[in-house]
Amino acid sequence: MEQHSDTFLANASKALKNSGQAERRDKIGLLAPQIRAAAIHSFDGFDELRQHVKEVRQHSLNNLDYYLSQFEKEAVQNGNQVHFARDSEEFNSLILDICQQHDARRIAKGKSMVTEETGLNSFLQGAGLNVRETDLGEYIVQQAGETPSHIVRPALHKSANDIRELFQQKHDLGARKLDKTSDLVVEARNVLRKDFLQAEVGVIGANALIAENGYSMLVTNEGNGDLCANLPKVLIVCTTIDRVLPRAEDASAMSRLLARSATGQPQSCYTSFYSGPRREGDIDGPLETHFVLLDNERSNILSSDYREILECIRCAACLDHCPIYTSVGGHAYGSIYPGPIGSVLTPLLTSLEQSHLLPNACTSCGRCAEVCPADIPLPDLLRDLRHEEGIKKLSPQRWRYGLKLHAWLARHPPLYQTLTAIGIRILHRLGRKRGRFSRLPFADGWTSQRDFPAPQENTFMQLYKAKMKQNNER
Amino acid sequence: MNEQHQDQAPPPQRMRVSLFVTCLADLFRPSVAFASIKLLEQAGCEVTVPLQQTCCGQPAYNSGDYESTVPLAQQVIALLETADYVVVPSGSCAGMICHHYPKLLQGEWRDRALKLAAKTFELTIFLKDIARIKPQFDAPPSTLSVTYHDNCAALRELNIKEQPRQLLQQLCGIKVNELQQSEVCCGFGGTFCAKMPEISGKMTDDKLNHVIATGAKILTGGDLGCLLNIAGRAQRQGKEIEVRHVAELLCGDMDTSPIGEGR
Ligand code: SF4
Repeated sequence: MEQHSDTFLANASKALKNSGQAERRDKIGLLAPQIRAAAIHSFDGFDELRQHVKEVRQHSLNNLDYYLSQFEKEAVQNGNQVHFARDSEEFNSLILDICQQHDARRIAKGKSMVTEETGLNSFLQGAGLNVRETDLGEYIVQQAGETPSHIVRPALHKSANDIRELFQQKHDLGARKLDKTSDLVVEARNVLRKDFLQAEVGVIGANALIAENGYSMLVTNEGNGDLCANLPKVLIVCTTIDRVLPRAEDASAMSRLLARSATGQPQSCYTSFYSGPRREGDIDGPLETHFVLLDNERSNILSSDYREILECIRCAACLDHCPIYTSVGGHAYGSIYPGPIGSVLTPLLTSLEQSHLLPNACTSCGRCAEVCPADIPLPDLLRDLRHEEGIKKLSPQRWRYGLKLHAWLARHPPLYQTLTAIGIRILHRLGRKRGRFSRLPFADGWTSQRDFPAPQENTFMQLYKAKMKQNNER
Repeated sequence: MNEQHQDQAPPPQRMRVSLFVTCLADLFRPSVAFASIKLLEQAGCEVTVPLQQTCCGQPAYNSGDYESTVPLAQQVIALLETADYVVVPSGSCAGMICHHYPKLLQGEWRDRALKLAAKTFELTIFLKDIARIKPQFDAPPSTLSVTYHDNCAALRELNIKEQPRQLLQQLCGIKVNELQQSEVCCGFGGTFCAKMPEISGKMTDDKLNHVIATGAKILTGGDLGCLLNIAGRAQRQGKEIEVRHVAELLCGDMDTSPIGEGR
């Protein structure tokens, strides 16, 4: 998986200066939580459903091998071919092989984070194939040569005007101006219709695999997934091994949590189940169907202390509610999984060495965990990653030693109290007139952005002890 | 955890309370601790301050240095566990003791942490729900125009929202002028604000914009970390707002200068 998380701070700084994008992000930070809250408020059983789905997810992850084999058996019986890929390379090659077996030149793709994770598009394009993203947001991002900035709304960083300019550059518009936002949608639809009809292979993702019947479930709002699945003669469903659920009703329970958490809808516009190739008497559907299931570290995560992260249903509520995500946007994270979920997942899928800044992009405010429909303790997992960061000595030395020294001093109360009393007195003397400092050598991180309040003259402990002594003498 | 205690039987006469001052109040704002003592006494409690206290260990803990935090947490537990009640004038430090010590520790220490957690309270929830401080029914409507910043740990770990507002109303006649987006973090986050200062600054600006939009003259809250951060940023940006801890306001201490203001 490609990532540039080592430059998180520089990326963030750049993002903060882009006022147009910042304004749109602020709006999302304001609106998305309101929309979600309204959706959950109007649905009585959200907490019970959340608890239920959590138990089901835990159960299926605890018995992953069992349910995966059951899924495989059922899916094969339905006429599918099921492939397992250990890593991105194997995954991409498997898909290229399938395309080449069919002499396919054109691929129509539905939205799939897993293929973003493996870099499938550039891999196939490198082999001379023409890959078309057909989800509107993904299409825009692909046209712009960018990566998604949000896991549910890939083109969140683009305004209608940005998109208009993009289409003016990339499409043959003639005299059409695309003034209205709906014109943009119609324009993309017209371009994409051709691609659906011409594609020899369709590639889609899956929100769940259902063990009991070997089906996959996909939710979309545009219906593009169904066109990708039904028009080309070959269908490839891509997902990761952790998506398997025991029963169809588990998938439907999950979809109810997902839609409300992701977009505030009670149900996505399209919820589709894919069973396999066209059967005798079917009027449409692919002639050949494949499931390609990626591991890419999931089995390692499953046996680690971070296994809860596999319960994620990719709703992006944690992004929308994270004040850091809405401040800097998805691209700053340098990974296709941004926000709280990404700051846990990216180090686990790649390496902490490359991405140890991400778990620090957290104030432990707890809002992500509060809204996460999978009830994942994201701030705890992020702190555990910071723990590992410290053990691997990846964090700056002066931080590590500074905090250790502070903790050591705090374990020696008499010394701590003597030293803090001296320090506070000095600070007070220096700062009492103005009441604050605009620069302090040992607190430059603080004073680069804010003044440092000068303390009152003595520590509480000094004052309190003096008072007690006075009382005793009386 | 603290919710369970809200419906307890009426408190016995003179509850014995140990005050955990918190390191920020100890070093930067002793007036918060004195105000807390006064309020607790006003609520009929007998207050002691264990003298060997320093810091609850949040800085190391939040940075993931569990190895340094464990002995510090054990020290705090050993110091406070004999108290009937422990009161902390900070949401995040109370959250640390109530929620994070039990997560951090194991075996016998975990049991001791849980026992301590069960009798440890943030100041406003203690005054309101446990000690049931008497409302001043004759408190005339205050002329102070005040807005309130909810600390994230208080809000999400301890379920504190109404208590400080009710106290301000009942003890001082102050009606809180509510902030928009009051449940969003102010950008402090302990070491976060120094590790990622630019992002933190943006978050604090967002908070300040909401504060200024209320038209209030005073911003108060229950956690000094947030308040030092917001005050410092306001002063850097030239925004006029007096920042005071809720304990100071509740006991009517307007003599102490606001955070970060000289005399
Ligand atoms: S971690 Fe939770 S909130 Fe975030 S995307 Fe996954 S399920 Fe949604």
